[in-house]
Amino acid sequence: MRNLFLFLWRFKYFILFLLTEGFCFILIFQNNNFHHAAFVNSTNSMAARMNETVTNFKEYFNLKKVNNDLSLENSRLRGLLPQAYYVDSAEKKNISDSIHHQQYSFITAKVINNSVNRRNNYLTLNIGSLQGVKPEMGVVCSEGLVGIVKDVSEHFCSVMSFLHKDSRISAKIKKSGYIGSLVWDGYDADHATLKDIALHVQLAKGDTIVTSSYSSIFPEDIMIGRVETFESKAGDNFYDITIRLSTDFNKLSYVYIVTNVLKEEQRALEDLQKNVH
Amino acid sequence: MYIKIFQNVKRFIFLILLQVMILNHVQWSGFVNPYVYILFIMMLPLETPRWFVMLLGLITGLIIDMFGNTGGMHAAATVLMAFLRPAVLRLVSPREEYDTETSLSPQRMGLKWFLTYTTIMTLLHHFTFFYIEVFRFSEFFITFFKALLNSFITLLIILLGMYLFGTKQKNERFTR
Repeated sequence: MRNLFLFLWRFKYFILFLLTEGFCFILIFQNNNFHHAAFVNSTNSMAARMNETVTNFKEYFNLKKVNNDLSLENSRLRGLLPQAYYVDSAEKKNISDSIHHQQYSFITAKVINNSVNRRNNYLTLNIGSLQGVKPEMGVVCSEGLVGIVKDVSEHFCSVMSFLHKDSRISAKIKKSGYIGSLVWDGYDADHATLKDIALHVQLAKGDTIVTSSYSSIFPEDIMIGRVETFESKAGDNFYDITIRLSTDFNKLSYVYIVTNVLKEEQRALEDLQKNVH
Repeated sequence: MYIKIFQNVKRFIFLILLQVMILNHVQWSGFVNPYVYILFIMMLPLETPRWFVMLLGLITGLIIDMFGNTGGMHAAATVLMAFLRPAVLRLVSPREEYDTETSLSPQRMGLKWFLTYTTIMTLLHHFTFFYIEVFRFSEFFITFFKALLNSFITLLIILLGMYLFGTKQKNERFTR
């Protein structure tokens, strides 16, 4: 027994090293796992508040672009108001709509921390569980897709940006309706790769790519981007498609969190299927 | 002794603030993210106990992880670097032994020694960090390039900083 202790004492630093590294890797795997809140994350208030201060400074540099985007969106929304339509009948009928339930609602949030230059990027937003944010909600902006909520604290939430090695979004070619999956290959913040589109699909440069209806996180037809290049490699059954993303991740400042009201119902139904098999 | 502790605490706070307030927000070309905070571990006094260096590495890494949402990746890389610090110091030891009072600054140890030491340590940290971050071998070469490029930028900032802020130690040598 004494020899054993002496033996262990000789390697005390190595053992300490293994213990601390083990601890670090537990944290890393916990962070990769979507269903457990990460222990070390920037939603704790000190880190979030400091990031917020820095972002408040940085915001001044792109006020012009933000204003422009918001006014563009305003004008688009103004076009949807009833006043914007020409009424061609003298009498207007009000139909109380019981066929269409609202499925998605949106919460506005401000980005207080953002990165694009890592392999795995995260955003921090200034709203949290008190405003009704939950993990796995989608995040979009006026230009397109942003990411998925990962961890939530009372006043903040962190979002796994689309610019992440694990992000995989079900995307659709708007023109033809074919569905593939969109991944980010880590080269730059403007481009992504669309996979699993078979060679018989007609494609053209500039085709619009939107979110598909397969996801319970994002509504259908949220803009993702446009086809920039596509090629077919010899011996491969699928295209290699490069997408130019419509979201400018460098200049995100206001985003919307998507709440799917019927998500629980859909999830419960799908879990039922899993249990049967 | 107390002056040394105070100096290191000051360096710790300065480097953490530099990292999380400025360098983490540099979004230039999508590839550049230098991690200068590791200078704190490199510059710890020689007589610091080895277990304490590793503990400090863990704490520093975790603080950086907290701000960057990297969940333990910086901590893992920094602990490895802290664990290997004595071995690297032995590897690059000058002809005469280190005496325990020596500070590890370029002014005291010479530019060539300092450059060798920081290069080895930075490469160790950056390669560990970038490979943990990617965690797959399909992106081997792009990660290799990223680690190399960022090591170079980190070293450049470290050297610049040492010559901008490190003049005090030079005077210390003359008074000794």
